[in-house]
Amino acid sequence: MPLVLRKTLSPRKCDAQVVAILDSPRTPQSGGPSLKAAATRVARLLATPLVPSDYLDLFSPLQSPAQLRARIVEVRPETRDAATLVLKPGRGWRDHVAGQYVRIGVDVDGVRQWRAYSTTEPPRADGCITVTVKAIADGVVSNHLVRRSRPGQILQLDQATGDFVLPQQRPAKALFLTAGSGITPVMGMLRDGLDSLDDAVLVHCAPTRDDVIFGGELRRLAETSGLQLIERHDDIHGMLQVEQLDQLVPDLAERETWVCGPTGMLDAAEAHWSAKGIIDRLHTERFRPLVVVAGEGGTVNFGTSNISVEADGATPILTAGEAAGVLMPSGCRMGICMGCVVPLREGVVRDLRTGDLTTAAEGDGVKIQTCINAAAGACHIDL
Amino acid sequence: MTAIQRQAVSPVAHLSAEDIEALGRELDAIREQIIGSRGERDAKYIRKVIETQRRIELASRAVLLVSLFPPAWLAGTVGLSIAKILENMEIGHNVMHGQWDWMRDPKIHSTTWEWDNATPSDAWKHSHNQVHHKYTNVLGKDNDLGYGIMRVDEDQRWSKFYLGQPLYNFLNACLFEYGIAAYDLEIGKVIKGRTDKAEFKAKTKGVLRKIRKQATRDYLLHPLLSGPSALTTLSANATANLVRNLWTHSVIMCGHFPKGVETFTRASIVDETRGEWYLRQMLGAGNISGGPALHMMTGNLSFQIEHHLYPDLPSNRYQEIAPKVQEIFSRYGLNYVTGSFPKQLGSAWATVFRLALPNRGDGKVARITGEPQPEPALAA
Repeated sequence: MPLVLRKTLSPRKCDAQVVAILDSPRTPQSGGPSLKAAATRVARLLATPLVPSDYLDLFSPLQSPAQLRARIVEVRPETRDAATLVLKPGRGWRDHVAGQYVRIGVDVDGVRQWRAYSTTEPPRADGCITVTVKAIADGVVSNHLVRRSRPGQILQLDQATGDFVLPQQRPAKALFLTAGSGITPVMGMLRDGLDSLDDAVLVHCAPTRDDVIFGGELRRLAETSGLQLIERHDDIHGMLQVEQLDQLVPDLAERETWVCGPTGMLDAAEAHWSAKGIIDRLHTERFRPLVVVAGEGGTVNFGTSNISVEADGATPILTAGEAAGVLMPSGCRMGICMGCVVPLREGVVRDLRTGDLTTAAEGDGVKIQTCINAAAGACHIDL
Repeated sequence: MTAIQRQAVSPVAHLSAEDIEALGRELDAIREQIIGSRGERDAKYIRKVIETQRRIELASRAVLLVSLFPPAWLAGTVGLSIAKILENMEIGHNVMHGQWDWMRDPKIHSTTWEWDNATPSDAWKHSHNQVHHKYTNVLGKDNDLGYGIMRVDEDQRWSKFYLGQPLYNFLNACLFEYGIAAYDLEIGKVIKGRTDKAEFKAKTKGVLRKIRKQATRDYLLHPLLSGPSALTTLSANATANLVRNLWTHSVIMCGHFPKGVETFTRASIVDETRGEWYLRQMLGAGNISGGPALHMMTGNLSFQIEHHLYPDLPSNRYQEIAPKVQEIFSRYGLNYVTGSFPKQLGSAWATVFRLALPNRGDGKVARITGEPQPEPALAA
């Protein structure tokens, strides 16, 4: 799963909010705000109990003012198990910075699934965005997107977020360390800002030469621009050990560094950079949950839905809620994107990665990520 | 109808407790099989139905803009009636049962759906999903048995009030959506002073707000948009609402009132096992036989038995599992009640007329046994 981390909280756009807003698509532009408001009211009354956009969706799903969507314009194979989707976002799309990620909702076997993917290009003249998806073993969504996406299909979309991007003030020297699909946000940054980087090194690891996503383009960039590309193929070089970087990139300590790849690589990089006392130069993008710790479990009460479930201490509340039919907001399902955050009104949950407990007293609204928290006692959740 | 516990020969006397639990396991297996196979085909189905319904509605309302022209009035009224029926039955009723919640689409979900009916979805979900489906055909518990204004079971005590029940039933059918709204407000409880006044007030406000919105749409805005055709559009909309009310009322009568459908005493649900719950659903509902159009227009409540066994399975699957369910009925020696729409509706109405009068013959026998009488349904 190509993607992303960052511990910044982004404003969550709950899927269930859809029904709320509604400016009528047929509102006259020239009228004052009161005329527009009146027209909106009439349109809503004409459509009740639905909203005008429900009817508009029949003809133009991208024009919905209530739910951001995107149309697949092109599906471009990258490697044997990765493909780039060119998406035309609908009305309401705000711009992104290359390297940020977007949440994408896709119906797989009839069930809506949300995942986060990095954007791989800066904003384009045609208004399209691109994400590159690598099919992972047993990956329900990634396999669907890589193998079954077709131009013309409609996906649900959320605004771009995240700060794994090049800073406005470009560093004098940059290092990018990536593995597998970890190249995706970095590709976005390179396409966006390689010209403005005086000195950039990319160390990229992949199982074989053919598995390198964007391999052709990276090698061309290395020939024609200043990018110094160091490819490491596991079948030839063996797995990269982080200590080897000192030889590969002797001036590593002087470089602002961005790392995206599997957990092991990120942990090793953090340890290595810490040991050198230059951890502030390291920017990481995580995309796998850490160790699973089992808690005690308990009854989870979803107040608004009027549903209670017995959840064990190893099952994320997200999974337990979905199984019980609660309309759970979700995103990366790995503790990164904050797309699943909901208020815990009362109760205690355990973070499955760290074992840490989060407690809410009656009436609190402690925001918890349901995808990486399990019940550690009775819980009351506002959903 | 006479509660099975009071019949001379119980239709379930031949089943042992083990039989009933085995039956429950067989029905559970069918459920698991459907749940395991829900997927893209089903999602496509409900999206197609919703899209089609909205297109029919838009087209009908567009045609009605010139409803002064009689063929336009007729076509628009027929179309709008169909759209309203689909919206209430195959879409609204089933979505609010949670049949499509597994899709995780916030637009097609029981917690977010609102329907074109006077009763707000929350109130209806409570009275229908939690009360009617749980206490199906239990005298004194399931208010769908006569809606509190009719005597539909020999075991309900007769009074002169019931002489008028054919008329009440007809009026209720014409105004069915408002009847349902009143019934969801549990007005009977209010009269008896068994309800929280503030809560009742808030609920009533919600219903009135909804009625006002619907009336504004059907009886003010769309007529106004029709200009010279305002009055004919108004009459078309009123007709479509009437047709929808009559149709939905009739379908529901066919589901629980025809001959052969059983009722149960309150004692029958004490410590009820899963197998016994299934058994009550099997005997407490009746199907309507017919073609695809009938199934669609009844929201697949033509498979009322299957629906009561599995209220939250996607409606498009009821037809598929009906033969398996029917086979279980015959193997366990139970009566699978089904018949054509006219036959079932006629049978239900016959019950309404018959029980408007005091019991005769068999009905009296039960009374003499001296069993405790169930509380009569509320006479509102």
